Amino acid sequence: MIAEFGHYALVLALALALVQASVPMIGARKNDSVLMAVAGPTAIAQFCFVAIAFAALMTCYVRSDFSVVNVFENSHSAKPLMYKLSGVWGNHEGSMLLWVLILSVFGALVALFGANLPARLKANVLAVQSSIAVAFILFILVTSNPFLRIADAPLEGRDLNPILQDPGLAIHPPLLYVGYVGLSISFSFAIAALIDGRIDAAWARWVRPWTLLAWIFLTLGIAMGSYWAYYTLGWGGWWFWDPVENASFMPWLAATALLHSALVMEKRDALKVWTILLAILAFSLSLIGTFLVRSGVLTSVHAFANDPARGVFILAILVLFIGGSLTLFALRAPLLKQGGLFAPVSREGALVLNNLFLVSACATVFIGTLYPLALEALTGEKISVGAPFFNATFAPLFVPLLIAVPFGPLLAWKRGDLLGVAQRLVGAAGIGVITVAVVFAMEGGGPILVPFAIGLALYVMAGALTEIVERTGLLKVPLATAFARARGLPRSAWGAAFAHFGLGITLLGIIGETQWSLERIAELKPGQTISIRRYDLHFDGVRNRQGPNYRDLAAHFTVRRHGDVIGVMEPAKRSFPSRGTAITETALMTRGVSQLYLSLGDPNPDGSLAVRLYYKPLVLLIWLGAVVMVVGGGLSLSDRRLRVGAPRPARSKAALSPAE
Amino acid sequence: MTRRQRRFSLIGAALGILALAVALVLSALKDSIVFFNTPTELVEKQVKPGTRLRIGGLVKEGSVLRGDGLAVRFEVTDGKSTVPVAYRGLLPDLFREGQGVVAEGALDPGGIFRADSVLAKHDETYMPKDVADALKKQGHWKDDYEKKLGAAPRGTAQ
Repeated sequence: MIAEFGHYALVLALALALVQASVPMIGARKNDSVLMAVAGPTAIAQFCFVAIAFAALMTCYVRSDFSVVNVFENSHSAKPLMYKLSGVWGNHEGSMLLWVLILSVFGALVALFGANLPARLKANVLAVQSSIAVAFILFILVTSNPFLRIADAPLEGRDLNPILQDPGLAIHPPLLYVGYVGLSISFSFAIAALIDGRIDAAWARWVRPWTLLAWIFLTLGIAMGSYWAYYTLGWGGWWFWDPVENASFMPWLAATALLHSALVMEKRDALKVWTILLAILAFSLSLIGTFLVRSGVLTSVHAFANDPARGVFILAILVLFIGGSLTLFALRAPLLKQGGLFAPVSREGALVLNNLFLVSACATVFIGTLYPLALEALTGEKISVGAPFFNATFAPLFVPLLIAVPFGPLLAWKRGDLLGVAQRLVGAAGIGVITVAVVFAMEGGGPILVPFAIGLALYVMAGALTEIVERTGLLKVPLATAFARARGLPRSAWGAAFAHFGLGITLLGIIGETQWSLERIAELKPGQTISIRRYDLHFDGVRNRQGPNYRDLAAHFTVRRHGDVIGVMEPAKRSFPSRGTAITETALMTRGVSQLYLSLGDPNPDGSLAVRLYYKPLVLLIWLGAVVMVVGGGLSLSDRRLRVGAPRPARSKAALSPAE
Repeated sequence: MTRRQRRFSLIGAALGILALAVALVLSALKDSIVFFNTPTELVEKQVKPGTRLRIGGLVKEGSVLRGDGLAVRFEVTDGKSTVPVAYRGLLPDLFREGQGVVAEGALDPGGIFRADSVLAKHDETYMPKDVADALKKQGHWKDDYEKKLGAAPRGTAQ
């Protein structure tokens, strides 16, 4: 019954979405406030029915109701509860339902918190948002219904793909989806503004927090996915430039650009057309990401649930929304009035530069991801575009951007003083240069690129702090005064400092890991020792462990440093009888921000075991930096000024107006 | 600075960065692309030793030989031609005889493919797309896994 209940709720949600997509828009055209007011309640009702559908599917999973095909294919009665729940989105149908659920959550949030939005804007935004819901609910009902039944219910399910039975992967897709789908709000606002032909600073004031929210989740989701790949796949890699990873990285780059350009629009009423275009592009990239992952057009490490037959439907959605929105943009954008003027050297100019670099970098990732697909479709020639391509294109575009990052917040709006700012950054640049020299000396020569990159990372970090140090008068006034001033700084200024500081941290981690990683591969018999750096790992032997739905062959290693025991590591081969497959469970030992990483190969007939051991210096900084960026985003989001919906003109000519 | 000059400097910067991006992409496409071949294509094209490429096919039954240390030799087949592969290192979890594999490396003058990475990224419902396509083309597509799983009754909406 419950599955049918969920199915029915989803059909009702589709009906509501159809109403919400049409009636308010007609109301906005006719200026009929009654019709426009339909948008709010239907958005909330639509959310309720999608939530019922989702809860129904979840209940089927918790109860292990194997008469539902989706549950049978992806669950097992012996599976721990957490993976029964995460199994809901560990497959194609369920994850699309989650996608729609999040879409309707955002619609409901706009309906609830949008009381101070102009009525026409609100009606149009909710109508556009709902038209996306119509497309995707229809997609689920027509091609990917999770509520289908089996006539004779099997006794046991086929279990979730073992590689997905992991805490990291349980929460990674929801985070990523909130990020992807959150960008739909910026998109809906952009389309609503184009339909209305009107846009002002209040619009940017509304769009920025939603973009920021989506960006925060996207950042967390990508970092989480990267850490998951790092410890699960057993190769010690944390980023593969895999198309599925790129699918999430491209919207992130576009959303980062959008955050910065919305800032210019909010404060200076400039870059309107560009901001609208970015909002459309950011969500389009989310849709393309969904298409890449869900249509089965590519297969990769992550491609765990795909069906080519669905590709055409998603492609149609893609063409409709991206093509439609870009056409509307081409028709309406020229009508939008251009706002504030600015000199090339100014905060606006710096943010434009930021946008140019981010968008170009995003374009190179786009080409690298889609070129092989296009080439294969056109010529049948198969190529692989891997890390070398992205390192050769993405990195050179990011270096100038990183050099420019500390300049942005220090430049004044309208007309800035580049020389003055450069003088204020002397401290940060000094730290960078000293680091280059120190690292170069420590390395004893070697490629100059490594010390340069480390120096760049520290320069970005010091640069991010420069503004805070200056504005609090730290080092100049008594500590108590500086502290009081620090409390008085707008949260958004702290947000920018944290986010840019986090960028530096991540960069440091990336360089440390890629340049100084050590690897040992060996075949060991019990009693033998393998050494890396100053660590000695003694192989004590193997033992069997029984888990709820798997068996482990665990190898026990005692780790010594300079002869002192500092801990044990137990990597394992984990086999799942229900699927007849085995995966490697790596063992990690954290030393400060560095890690020892140990994974197993196959056991040999002679009793020896192949092992792969890495020493990964600074590796944790990669994800720590992302967390710091997220904290920055959160601080900026909590800034009071962002929560005020009423338009307020930007303060002009304020030399040190708040940076965010 | 006049309005015109401002606009030109912005457009100039945009074009400059765009040109940089295009130049980087073009040079990278020339240098860092690796082509994918089946064993048959490898034979037909007479690929020169030393050229970096990827090969894909099935690991031939009974061909896996483990040597000293972590050296391993196996043969990759698409049913028509077979290429011997030499590799040193840990094989992936899903590496099995009779199953799909993708290896990256180069041919040595003796006709042995020296792989520096071996991927067997598939489980029972997943096979590298390159391999599946190549096998379908060769008419050696085994959908054993599909049959095994397809035994489940079809879903019906009630």
